Amino acid sequence: MTTTEKPETAAAAGAPEYKVIGTRPVRPDGVDKVTGRAIYGADVRLPGMLYGRVKRSPHAHAIIKRLDVSKALALPGVQAVLTHEDFPEPAEPIMQTIRGPQPTAWDTERQMARRKVLFKGHPVAAVCASDVHTAEDALDLIEVEYEVLPAVVSLDTALLPGAPILHDDGKADAVEGLFELVDGKPSNIARRLDLTVGDIEVGFAEADVILEREYETSMAHQGYIEPHNGTAIWNNDGKLTIWTSTQGAFGIRQNVARTLNIPLGDLRVVPAEIGGGFGAKNVVYLEPLAALLSKKTGRPVQITMNRTEVLEATGPTSGTRSWVRMGAKRDGTIVAADIRLEYEAGAYPGSPMPGGARCALGPYAVPHQRIVGFDVVVNKPKVAAYRAPGAPASEFAVESLLDELAERLEMDPMDLRLKNCATAGTPRSDGATHGSIGAREVMEAVASHPHYRSEMGGRDVGRGVAMGFWQNGGGESSAYANVHQDGRVTLVTGSVDIGGQRAALAMQFAETMGIPYEDVNSLVGDTDTIGFTGNTGGSRTTFATGWAVYQAALDVRAQMEQRVAQMWEVDPSEVTYDPKDATLRGPEGKEITFKAAARRLPGTGGMIQGQADIVATNVGKVGACYGAHIADVEVDRETGKVTILRYTAVQDVGRAIHPAYVEGQIQGGAVQGIGMALNEEYVYNDDGTMVNSSFLDYRMPVANDVPMIETVMVEVPNPGHPFGVRGVGEVPIVPPLGAIANAIFDAVGVRVTRLPASPRVILEELEAAGGT
Amino acid sequence: MSNGVTTQRIIINTTINGEPREFLADERDSLLEALRERIGLTGVKEGCNNGNCGACSVILDGRLVNSCVVMAAEVEGSEITTVEGLAQAEKLHPLQQAFLEDAALQCGICTPGFLVSAKALLDHNPHPTEDEARFWLAGNLCRCTGYDKIIRAVLHAADEMNGNAG
Repeated sequence: MTTTEKPETAAAAGAPEYKVIGTRPVRPDGVDKVTGRAIYGADVRLPGMLYGRVKRSPHAHAIIKRLDVSKALALPGVQAVLTHEDFPEPAEPIMQTIRGPQPTAWDTERQMARRKVLFKGHPVAAVCASDVHTAEDALDLIEVEYEVLPAVVSLDTALLPGAPILHDDGKADAVEGLFELVDGKPSNIARRLDLTVGDIEVGFAEADVILEREYETSMAHQGYIEPHNGTAIWNNDGKLTIWTSTQGAFGIRQNVARTLNIPLGDLRVVPAEIGGGFGAKNVVYLEPLAALLSKKTGRPVQITMNRTEVLEATGPTSGTRSWVRMGAKRDGTIVAADIRLEYEAGAYPGSPMPGGARCALGPYAVPHQRIVGFDVVVNKPKVAAYRAPGAPASEFAVESLLDELAERLEMDPMDLRLKNCATAGTPRSDGATHGSIGAREVMEAVASHPHYRSEMGGRDVGRGVAMGFWQNGGGESSAYANVHQDGRVTLVTGSVDIGGQRAALAMQFAETMGIPYEDVNSLVGDTDTIGFTGNTGGSRTTFATGWAVYQAALDVRAQMEQRVAQMWEVDPSEVTYDPKDATLRGPEGKEITFKAAARRLPGTGGMIQGQADIVATNVGKVGACYGAHIADVEVDRETGKVTILRYTAVQDVGRAIHPAYVEGQIQGGAVQGIGMALNEEYVYNDDGTMVNSSFLDYRMPVANDVPMIETVMVEVPNPGHPFGVRGVGEVPIVPPLGAIANAIFDAVGVRVTRLPASPRVILEELEAAGGT
Repeated sequence: MSNGVTTQRIIINTTINGEPREFLADERDSLLEALRERIGLTGVKEGCNNGNCGACSVILDGRLVNSCVVMAAEVEGSEITTVEGLAQAEKLHPLQQAFLEDAALQCGICTPGFLVSAKALLDHNPHPTEDEARFWLAGNLCRCTGYDKIIRAVLHAADEMNGNAG
């Protein structure tokens, strides 16, 4: 069941009537995707293409003593072998990352190990051959001798005095403050983040009830079904073209050009259809390897990963530990929160801890806060973004503690949350203040929802609720729109389409023009055919690229006014484009439809093209996004299995451009969160070997693990966007962890503080509570 | 260590999507590799290559299989249906139409496997309940949709095919 609610606040603002926005048309790439015709990265076929494979370290931490590829190279059919020696020295010693400056060499060494391997699956060589079986045979002929070092596989071992140090080769010294120093030497603790609001001493002094708990979550993978791939042809004129499944062609171009030390202009990145990313396909893994193998052979090279490589050697999200202390008055007013977050970064610094820190208290007004975060390197793959990066773990901790606080204060969990709800003007943890947000509307929609108000029957069943907070991204986006003589328009943007963006962008364009959705051909450009556009991530695309297509439509309208003025021999200021009926009107009752005017363009100076290059962050207010989920569960005391009986996801979506795709984002995010809550975890041996690197053993939810996911779309428009769009993709992964843990408590009276709440954990907790 | 084992090429005769196909394969090719690399049917997707995700689902002599765990050499004389064989000329299969109308795909990489699995389900059980559809499709992983809209689309298509639309 699906419902859309327009709160009174939005109705009072005079919500406009739209013709295209809010409808549910079929996506432009739909037929190709249901017929098997869509070309994903691994489907690219080029004449003479070779197949590449990567040799990977079997050890989590080791020094490479010897690397001999001669036997592999001698195998008939093998065309080239690649090692770290084929990679150029970085032009600049320091690179800027979203987590601050780092040694540039690290990024190359992440792609191909040089002296040391830092995680199991770390590439040490790559081969290409005329067929994939030969390439795989060649891997076995590569000889590598390792000196195995003790592996750092948990936060505890990483932080111990005397722990093996991952980055002990002096490179980190080039960047001041990259690691915390212990006895004057770098430790495994990378940057520390401190956020402070008010004074927690003052806050806790006012509290009648103070609770503190520690929570853990496991490393988990995004689990996109399409493995990573990269196809490259390095042409004899020095131009390199790469086809890849990525969330952002421009980000890949930047990274590959830096790794290979080539001008941006010599590199064209063509985004293929992408089979899921959830944050992890912003990262370069195979593309530079395919490029260098192509350079060596003069032929196109395609490399794909298998599932084990994806799990062991791409970027999952951090395993975490969160310690939370909160104080409240007897009436439920929260007065203080003290939070310490420790996130595993994997082999190189850069965990999503800052996201976790900024979001932990996002739904609430807490006058006194201290949040301290640590980014800790361990011998696991370098983590990557995963849907609302960092937020699920820290918000799980806060939402669990709030549930316990409500129990202690004998308050309804939603009443406690409503009492402390953040509103416009509430200070945020990062020092800014909230703008127009829909936190209260979301909470009220939960409190009044029939699901929340229904009675539960049966033994060992329970209900839990939790909030989620995330902010969508802004940044650069480009669009252009070619007007055709028949009045149809081709709309090209730089945003990779990962879940229906071509439709959502065409709809915003059509709405602005007042033309039918079917009259817009919506395409994704590559790095040579469209202006710079940020990655499809951070819930930014429908918001920021939506803004760009709105501006491109306004540009088309303005150019059409000029041309029609020319036709009518009047001043352009006398002609107005009316999007209500896509008609241009001038003096003395003159009018002409957009379609008719388009037909006359060739005689008035040629066809026109509207375009826009925007930085959405500068033109509009980036929207904050709130969700709240209600979970009903049943716990089997014999097996420890938790079954989801009913699930409702409520979310402020700003304005749902394509409601079915918005629901899909909410449902998909919720089920990924359910996976994190109940089953998904990286299981490691002490030596850093992942023991469950297959889809059989890394257990993602399947169709019969979950019920229908009811969605409630609350629409509190973002005042900083022409159509009120808020990013919707990320926040739905946040609430499931807390909602399910709270439901488990309601069902069987145990507080699960370490996720996933797998059968093993449930049985252990039940036994500890003496409740079996 | 395989040490550059020389392998045999074999000629395989099959019927794929109703069309007789003779092709040359490496004896080590899985059916998935043969379909994608030897015949060019790249609608059949690789997600895990060990039978756990269902992206490579095909119907082999009436049975739903993961083509990544079938050897190409095993399919001599067989009939195979892939996603490319579902639509008839200009008309999509009701499952394909329902997936489009009901927004049952996001990234679309699992879609071919789901469509083939769902076709096998409806061939076998034209009136599945929600539970039956969920259990039958439990061998197909989707990471984008949370399954809600996929299950609805399959039940919707079953209704269409049974002539009681809506």
